[in-house]
Parts: sequence; C-alpha cells; structure tokens
Amino acid sequence: MVSRAGAEADALFEVLRGIPDPEVPALDIVELGIVRRVELRPDGAVAVEVTPTYSGCPAMHVIEQEIVAALNANGYDRVELRTVYSPAWTTDWLSDAAKAKLKAYGIAPPDHAVVEQALVPLLSSVRRAPCPYCSSSNTERKSEFGSTACKAIHYCHHCHQPFEEFKAI
Amino acid sequence: MRDSQEEALFEYLLRLGDDRLVLGHRLSEWCGHGPILEEDIALANVALDLIGQATHFLQLAGQVEGQGRDEDALAYFRDAIDYRNINLVELPNGDFGRTIVRQFLFDAWSVLLLDRLQRAAHTRLAGVAAKAYKEARYHVRHSGEWVLRLGDGTDESHRRVQTALDELWPYTGELFAADEVDRLLAGAVAPEPAALEPAWREVVSDVVRRATLTLPADGYMHSGGRHGRHTEHLGHLLAEMQILARSHPGAKW
Repeated sequence: MVSRAGAEADALFEVLRGIPDPEVPALDIVELGIVRRVELRPDGAVAVEVTPTYSGCPAMHVIEQEIVAALNANGYDRVELRTVYSPAWTTDWLSDAAKAKLKAYGIAPPDHAVVEQALVPLLSSVRRAPCPYCSSSNTERKSEFGSTACKAIHYCHHCHQPFEEFKAI
Repeated sequence: MRDSQEEALFEYLLRLGDDRLVLGHRLSEWCGHGPILEEDIALANVALDLIGQATHFLQLAGQVEGQGRDEDALAYFRDAIDYRNINLVELPNGDFGRTIVRQFLFDAWSVLLLDRLQRAAHTRLAGVAAKAYKEARYHVRHSGEWVLRLGDGTDESHRRVQTALDELWPYTGELFAADEVDRLLAGAVAPEPAALEPAWREVVSDVVRRATLTLPADGYMHSGGRHGRHTEHLGHLLAEMQILARSHPGAKW
C-alpha cells in the first residue's frame, strides 16, 4: 500500500506520524492513508505524495501546510508535495489498530467497503453500526452525513446515545 | 493547446467541472435553511463534495488548456456565456422536494457517467472520476431515498415532488445530447452521452415507480447550456459566487 523508497523513508514517515488529522485527531495522517509515498531525493529534497480522503475535504490544505512545517522543523528544508488521485482513498486502508483507536475515541470504525448492486437500495437494508460506547447492535442510522465528510450519524437504542460512524468508502 | 482533440478535452472538463460547481453552489444555498438539521448537514456535505469534484476537474482543465488558468481563475473569472453546465443544475432550488428531485435526476446520471470515466483511457481524468464515483454512490442513495419517502409520503409531499418532476423533466434532454466535443472524445476518453440513457431511465423509472410517482412523457427538451446559452438564473448565481474574488482579486485570509 504505502511504498517506502530508500532507507531514509522510515525516518520521514516517523516525522509525518506526528501529524494528527485535523478533523479526526485520534488518527495520524499516515495511518489514515493520506500519505501515499515519501522519498528523500539524491538532491536532498523530500518528495511527498498525498491523496485526499474526499474530493472536497476542507482539511487538505491544512494537512499540506503541516507536512511542510513538520519536515522543515526536522531539517528537511525542501519539500515537494504532489496530490495523487489513483488509487482512490478507501477506509479499507485503515489497520485494525487504527480502527481500535477510532472506537476508543467514540467513533464507530468503518466496516469493509462494499459496493452494493442497487444504486437506490431498499431503505431497510441499511447496516447497523455497533455502538462505540456499549457495543450494542441495536442502533439506527439517522443520516449518512455528519459533522465531517467522513462520518455518518447513528443512534444507539440500548444506551440511548447518538454516535458517529466513520463511513466505509 | 495542441490540437482539436485537446481543445475538446478542455471543453469536456469544463462541462464536468461546471455542472458540479453550479449544482454545488445551489445546494450550498440550503446551508442554515434545511427542513431538519440532518438534511441541512447532508445538503451541505453533498455541496462540499460537488465543489471539491469541480475543483479537481477545473484544475485539470486549466492544465490541459495550458494558458496558466487555475481552478479559481476558471470558477471566478468566467461569465455565464462561458459556463458549460447543463441548465438543470442552475435552476433555483424551490422547495426541498424540488431540490431533491433535481438532485436525483442529476445524481442518477452522474454516477453512471463517473463509472464510465473512471475506466477511461485518460489517467488523470480517470483518477479524479474514480474518487468522485465513490461520492456519487452515496449521493444518489441519499436523493433516491428522499424521492421514495416524499413520493410515497403524504398527499402534500407526493403532489410537490410530482410537480417538480414534471417541471424539471424537460431539462433532462441535455444529459444525453451529443455535439462535436463528444464525438471527438467518444470511445477512448468519454462515453457517448446517449449510451448512458437506457441505464439512467432504468434507475429513474424504478425509483419513480416505487415512489408511486408518474414518469412524465418526453416532450420539448431545453438545450444550450453546453454552449453557453443559459437561463436567466445562472447570471444571478455567478454574481453572488464571484463577487468576492472579483472585488478583491487574489484576496487571502
């Protein structure tokens, strides 16, 4: 998934792991899958490839600024950022550890991304996300859209808490 | 630009970008005015996705054109006559039901188009389309579910969405009309517009039937948006969208 060219790559990744996602700070931008490639060029420049989570993700500019700032602060003065679109970002890139962090943070982790056959399925076929607080599956999706592009709103009928789910995409 | 093929690609990318930019702006007008909080958030989210998609398509258009125009230059410094969106997306929102019907007619088409484009020979275009396709999947699910709820809802909601469907139907002809641009790109880069119509009709008529609505008969179809002939509504929309960038060029905050 994430290619690591060169022996310096691990050190560079460590720097970038220090940058939390601005909207979901429980995860850093590497484990979220935004950073696709980091390479130290022979001329000393660091080339970073990033991919947006959603087309209109408003945090992308901030993330790019933070990448440059973090690398600069660690002695890498020249940073070349490139946005790549392919392969398209998917929540399937989140590791089990990252999903556990989301749950601990109070956000239901994403299920596997599956493409349903029907474009407009029956309303009753909506998946029930397990509640991140009490783990009950007696929950109801209230809206596929939440406080950020990546989250949906659910309600738990067992512990009577509204909660957010990181949408599978 | 090097040749007619490149010029056609530039035009085509403007079409893809402008449809989404104008519709995204229309949807953003609902922000703070949604019928319920969840829908206020939903429409703003969809608007954000569409404007994001437009950003990527217009950025690519500027690169293909090679005249140094970026996505902001294309969005804020073109007049209505240079906009290439279909007329459907520039129409005023009306009530929530009308907004939803317009959205569904567009989403059902957009998801099919993006599915084809993500497998196109143009790598950059395919990459942007593949990302947008994922978003179009939940857009059409959202608008389609609302057509079901409103159509098969109360007498009042049924009446309103049926009226909207009847009034918006004459604007759907533009989705499938082809011109020289389409003919130059057909096959390798973009699908022939008419090739999407059977699948679109299947999706739309299935939801319309389940929503207990009646599919309007085909009659006169509006056209011209792809060539800069717009309704009077687009100029007003652009005035609001472009005023800041034009009053304070290069402004940052």
